[in-house]
Amino acid sequence: MAYKHFEAIEKHAGLLGILIAVMVSLGGLAEITPLFMEAHSLKAPPGVHPYDPLRLIGKDVYVREGCYLCHSQMIRALRFETQRYGHFSTTAESVYDRPFQWGSKRTGPDLARVGGKYSDDWHRMHLMNPRQVAPQSNMPGYPWLAHDTIDAADVQARMRTLRRLGDPYTDADIAAAPAALAGKTEMDALIAYLQGLGIRNEPTATAGTPTTPDDAPAGTGGAP
Amino acid sequence: MPNTEYYNDKVVRQFLLAAAVWGIIGMSVGVYIAAELMWPALNFDLPWITFSRLRPDHTFGVIFAFGGSALMGTCYYVVQRTGHARLALGKLAGFTFWGWQLICVLAMVSMPLGLTTSKEYAEPEWWIALLTAVVWVSFGTVFFASLARRRIKHIYVANWYYGAFIIAVGLLHIVNHLSLPVSWTKSYPIYSGVVDAMVEWWYGHNAVAFFLTAGFLGMMYYFVPRQAQQPLWSYRFSIVNFWALISVYMWAGAHHLMYTALPDWVQSVGMAFSLVLLMPSLGSAANGLLTFNGSWWRLKIDPAAKFMVMSLVFYAAATFEGSMMAVKTVNSLSHYTDWTIAHVHSGSLGWVAMITIGSLYAMAPRALGRPEMYSRMAMEWHFWLHMAGTLLYVGSMWTAGVTEGLMWRATQPDGALTYGFLDSLIAIKPMYLIRWLGGVCILSGMWVMAWNLWYTAADARARLIKPIPVPIPEPVPHQVPAPLPAAG
Repeated sequence: MAYKHFEAIEKHAGLLGILIAVMVSLGGLAEITPLFMEAHSLKAPPGVHPYDPLRLIGKDVYVREGCYLCHSQMIRALRFETQRYGHFSTTAESVYDRPFQWGSKRTGPDLARVGGKYSDDWHRMHLMNPRQVAPQSNMPGYPWLAHDTIDAADVQARMRTLRRLGDPYTDADIAAAPAALAGKTEMDALIAYLQGLGIRNEPTATAGTPTTPDDAPAGTGGAP
Repeated sequence: MPNTEYYNDKVVRQFLLAAAVWGIIGMSVGVYIAAELMWPALNFDLPWITFSRLRPDHTFGVIFAFGGSALMGTCYYVVQRTGHARLALGKLAGFTFWGWQLICVLAMVSMPLGLTTSKEYAEPEWWIALLTAVVWVSFGTVFFASLARRRIKHIYVANWYYGAFIIAVGLLHIVNHLSLPVSWTKSYPIYSGVVDAMVEWWYGHNAVAFFLTAGFLGMMYYFVPRQAQQPLWSYRFSIVNFWALISVYMWAGAHHLMYTALPDWVQSVGMAFSLVLLMPSLGSAANGLLTFNGSWWRLKIDPAAKFMVMSLVFYAAATFEGSMMAVKTVNSLSHYTDWTIAHVHSGSLGWVAMITIGSLYAMAPRALGRPEMYSRMAMEWHFWLHMAGTLLYVGSMWTAGVTEGLMWRATQPDGALTYGFLDSLIAIKPMYLIRWLGGVCILSGMWVMAWNLWYTAADARARLIKPIPVPIPEPVPHQVPAPLPAAG
């Protein structure tokens, strides 16, 4: 490009600004638009339900406490990963995760399929003080969760907001939330969330194997 | 013609002070959380100082509070000097200062209380994000209005980078923060799962690209030639690199999600563009370094120049490393490990902090009405403390990262995994101690800088400094935009 053409950009702030905006938009548009299109056609696989009230609060506690900073929830498609953590994670598994909790750093192990690997009591002891069960661990304790109670009205507001965003909660689901949460602490909620991770949404091992759709209502999970 | 127009350096001084204060706060949090990883008892079972709640405070504190204040301050300084015109919209500029400080305080207080979106580097809740958008648009308005009233027709390249930084960060921030509030303390993003992941890392990666790279390159393109006392090595090269950098960077975000559930083609595109990115990155670093050709002797007498040269070396090294880590094979080892932590800190401590400190040392005496910094010896001390700290930090985390990567993938002849997860944590514990020591060195250096700035600002504190008049160039015939008549 001859300099005289380029000179216009170098001397006009508005033109420069517009061209910058165009150049920076291209990459994002090219990579994110197709994902949006795909996301619209993406259906939750059988067995993946929106979080029931207790697990929803558990997930929000997980977010609030910043667990994602040390624990990923994304098993990569690599042999040594699947050997350690189980089947690699798939897109369909996180359709109800707002925000996604894939993480970026493992100071502790991956949790995508931690559900059912330990008992509820183990989780409780571990969350109260991790060194009770793993003396070398450097994880902080979260003892305050044991006395934090859950505000049922707030949970219903959260479910309504999620429904507005497209998660299929019914009026009955929302009305039933306070009963499901009665007497529960945030510790119970977090444990329910952890115990539900990866249990019923483990993809069937190989293509062609007959699938057994699990139509159990969400939230009856727990250790198998 | 009587000259009655003065540079607006008040807002520059305010941002300078804020940068020094936030730098110390952000890095203190960093040192503390590094200690928590080493000695978990330091969490004291208190929610608000627990590692997982404090880490966003460290990243926000150093990136947005320290880096943001330094970027906005130098941006206001540079746009005035390169345009030979006073900053436009003085009141709005003042608002951007107080607005930004308010955002930083709100974010730094709310995140340890558990208000977080959990999207890395975008953790503050929706109402703080909204306020950020307002301040950011005001910042852009002041910047572009100041460009519009410049007296030099040609827009100097530093302003290109500052402009791209403002436009792109505004765009990224708004798109990534689209969410639906439940209450003042909770919101849900409109995206979920894989789309949310892609939007977040498009944001996260380009926050690095435009906040931590383009913005600081703007700083570099003004202060490096200023400190080397000679023009850029190649002006044309700086512009070629500009367009390449801003267009290619936006494609590379997918390299944060290699081997994940992100569609394969996006991963491959991300990797390819990450490799292409090597060229403009190394080009920018080379352009800065070659600008010192013929004035390398200044390194002997000027610690600010020393900071700048080392920052460019680290910039070249960290971007090279970044492109390599985007190669899928390397990424399979490095991802999720402390190698990532080493990489971001060689970028942030090596490149971002050093170019900022060098530029602050170059700008502070001029903005504070002094011939030079109060103590050159203190600048030397700061340089070596920062260097030693960065090398300890990066070296230990590289070692830790590679150790983790190798231990996680090690298998015995029968195919079983050799190590449990905890084995890898135990193996790298000594590295966590060395990393903490590195952090202590760097934080000590920041205190030395604060002491030095405090005494350099003696005249400013006594309100003795006079505003600097704008040198008004001879009008060029038919200049567009028309030169402003001298005020008064």
